[in-house]
Amino acid sequence: MEGLKLSEAELMIFIHPSQSRNVFQGICRELSSLLFQYNETFDGVLLAYDATVKSKQAKILTGLHPYFGVRVNTRLLLFDPKPKSFVEGKIAKISPESIHVIVLGFSAAVITDVDIREEFKYRVRDGEGSFVSRSHKRHALKLGTMLRLQVQSFDEEVMHIAGSLLPENTGCVKWLEKKSEEALPTDRDHKRRKLA
Amino acid sequence: MGAEEVETADLSDKALVSAIREVLASAQSGDTDQYNELVQLMYIKKKKSGDDAMAQPEVPDDVDVVAQRETLLKILSHSVACLDDVHHNHLLQLILGTRIWDHKPNVIYALLDLIISLATTSGKHLSSCLDTLVSNLRSQPRKLDNKMLEVLSRVHAALHKISYLVPLAPSILLPILAQSMPSVHDKARLQVVVPYVKNLLKLENSSIIGKVVGKDILMMVMGRFRDLDSEIECDDNLQNDSSLAMFDMELDVAVEGTLVSKLLDDLMVESFNHLKSCQDAGRLDEVFENLFESFENLILNTQKLKFSQFLMFYACSLDPENCGVKFASKLLEKFLSSNNNQVTRTNAVTYLASYLARANFLSASFVASMLKRLVDECADYCRTCNDDARPEVHQVFYSGCQAILYVLCFRMRSILEVPHFQSQLTPLESVLSHKLDPLRVCLSSVVSEFLIQAKACGLFIVSDAFIFDDLSESELSRALGGFFPFPWLLEKSNSLISPHFIKRSEVKKTYEQAEVTVYGDTDNEEDSDDDVDPDNEMNKMSITPKHSVMHETERLLKMPSRISPSTSPRESL
Repeated sequence: MEGLKLSEAELMIFIHPSQSRNVFQGICRELSSLLFQYNETFDGVLLAYDATVKSKQAKILTGLHPYFGVRVNTRLLLFDPKPKSFVEGKIAKISPESIHVIVLGFSAAVITDVDIREEFKYRVRDGEGSFVSRSHKRHALKLGTMLRLQVQSFDEEVMHIAGSLLPENTGCVKWLEKKSEEALPTDRDHKRRKLA
Repeated sequence: MGAEEVETADLSDKALVSAIREVLASAQSGDTDQYNELVQLMYIKKKKSGDDAMAQPEVPDDVDVVAQRETLLKILSHSVACLDDVHHNHLLQLILGTRIWDHKPNVIYALLDLIISLATTSGKHLSSCLDTLVSNLRSQPRKLDNKMLEVLSRVHAALHKISYLVPLAPSILLPILAQSMPSVHDKARLQVVVPYVKNLLKLENSSIIGKVVGKDILMMVMGRFRDLDSEIECDDNLQNDSSLAMFDMELDVAVEGTLVSKLLDDLMVESFNHLKSCQDAGRLDEVFENLFESFENLILNTQKLKFSQFLMFYACSLDPENCGVKFASKLLEKFLSSNNNQVTRTNAVTYLASYLARANFLSASFVASMLKRLVDECADYCRTCNDDARPEVHQVFYSGCQAILYVLCFRMRSILEVPHFQSQLTPLESVLSHKLDPLRVCLSSVVSEFLIQAKACGLFIVSDAFIFDDLSESELSRALGGFFPFPWLLEKSNSLISPHFIKRSEVKKTYEQAEVTVYGDTDNEEDSDDDVDPDNEMNKMSITPKHSVMHETERLLKMPSRISPSTSPRESL
């Protein structure tokens, strides 16, 4: 899945004097306050971090509250879906005019009917709605299906993705993977015949 | 066959949908005639604004208009992607500013569906949609009939659905909830606090929202309790103050005072019911942890609270073996840990003392074990303390001693029945007769009561000098109120709390029955104070303001005999 990246960063974290007894806890607290928020410096939404203290020497700031700055080496897991990239998520709700998907358990993605390609038709079966492909009857998008979609825009404040199912390689992940697997052996046969 | 019927219904719906979408699109390109017609549908005939809309004669909307409104809302909820902030601003404002209680149920349900669609489809409307829902929760009418109750549950369901589809919604919801909480200073609108808190507790219980922000919701509710509690001043302040001007103000604010206490009473009942339902659902344990955190942060170090702490008390009474024990243990930890500051430690042990003394659901053996740890801690302190003679240096120690004496005032008989416990109390004698002399510094009322009981039970041999008969019975019982004061002065919640409370009258009976020889005991091993001037002794026993902790405790231990309005200056109208 695109949109996830692992970054390494050297940070200077300022700790309040009241936390001097347990500095590592203070560091974790500071970093935790950044979780699930878009950060411009990191260029992405911070999902997880791993921090190690680089040096035990810390500079104390002069001022009203003597914060001290600790150098920390961190590895950061960032989520940054750029437009035109592909993400995957589980379908949470299907209606004739939209598909709601939840990506990575925290980000809401919506595909409106204008962004669903003509191939898919909305059907109601047994009281449940689904989008079924006209050309491949097995390709169905139902509640709980893992869906691959293309990102159109990403609203950083609420972690909202506006998605699209227009490109050919979007749709049910399982079906797409199966389709690509089936394509492989025929390629190999083709090459063998060519060599022979 | 059935499929065909569904197909045709779909088609006609589709026609309507595309028609509306065209209207919206034309508004974007400048042709706003039809769009304005749509907007007019959303207006309802303005009624006089008032909290109790039921009292006003209903102005019935045209049935056609209502039906059209409902249809429009339904269609819009299928076309939210076509709604544009700029060109359809008017329509959006009307939708988001709607007070749902003014509309018919069908319209309300259509509106809620639209709000759910709006919130989940486009990120920029999420916050305003949540705002609309919360302000409608806040503005709910006082009396709800069955239909309105259904509407209320649908509003909760809407919040739930939005949180399901947008996982970050609860974190965005939380500040909105906090801002909408009625403020204690806005007395005109304070009445809505009870239904609002009821809604908050319902959200706390919900699976998605409660899981994420349940702890913060409890913190908010506890904060409101604390604010209301602080508004209620106790009677003694009035008596101490002799300025006549106060009585003039008293008439004006008399109503206020009872309003606040009534609200607090209702809130108490709601919260107790909520705790009970949490227990029935099997989640009292996790709620207790969150509740204790709120207690630590908001209640523990706040002075003059009379009712808020009882939330903890009630939660413990529901589950004595688990929560009941945990509460006492956590308080004890706070007292024992030298990392905590002095105020926290003394308050923690005073709360612990009140709790152990008053909770009738705690077994005598458990109370005994807690007491033993306190006694051991004080005995350790005696052994290792420095030679400083000033009482203010040893405040934590004195508060610990006072706590032990306090618990024994209420539980002496039942504790002594616990096997082997009396022998575990022997360090107490050395503590009481230590050169730090806790019996002189601790509150005279508590010491006196303790000594009377100790004598009656034959615990120690006691010097006469410490027994004060001049304290009247009522004063004595007031002074022994403690941090969980009794009698409970709120009517409705009384029946929920008093069954778990040990009353002083029960305790008095136990020692009145025993033989008490107050006078004539001259052989004492503890203190040789007979040669000391009795007047001087009295002075030494009273607490000087310098020893701020004991003074605070003394003020707190005075029981409010009736609730009276707050007389602090900011209350003047």
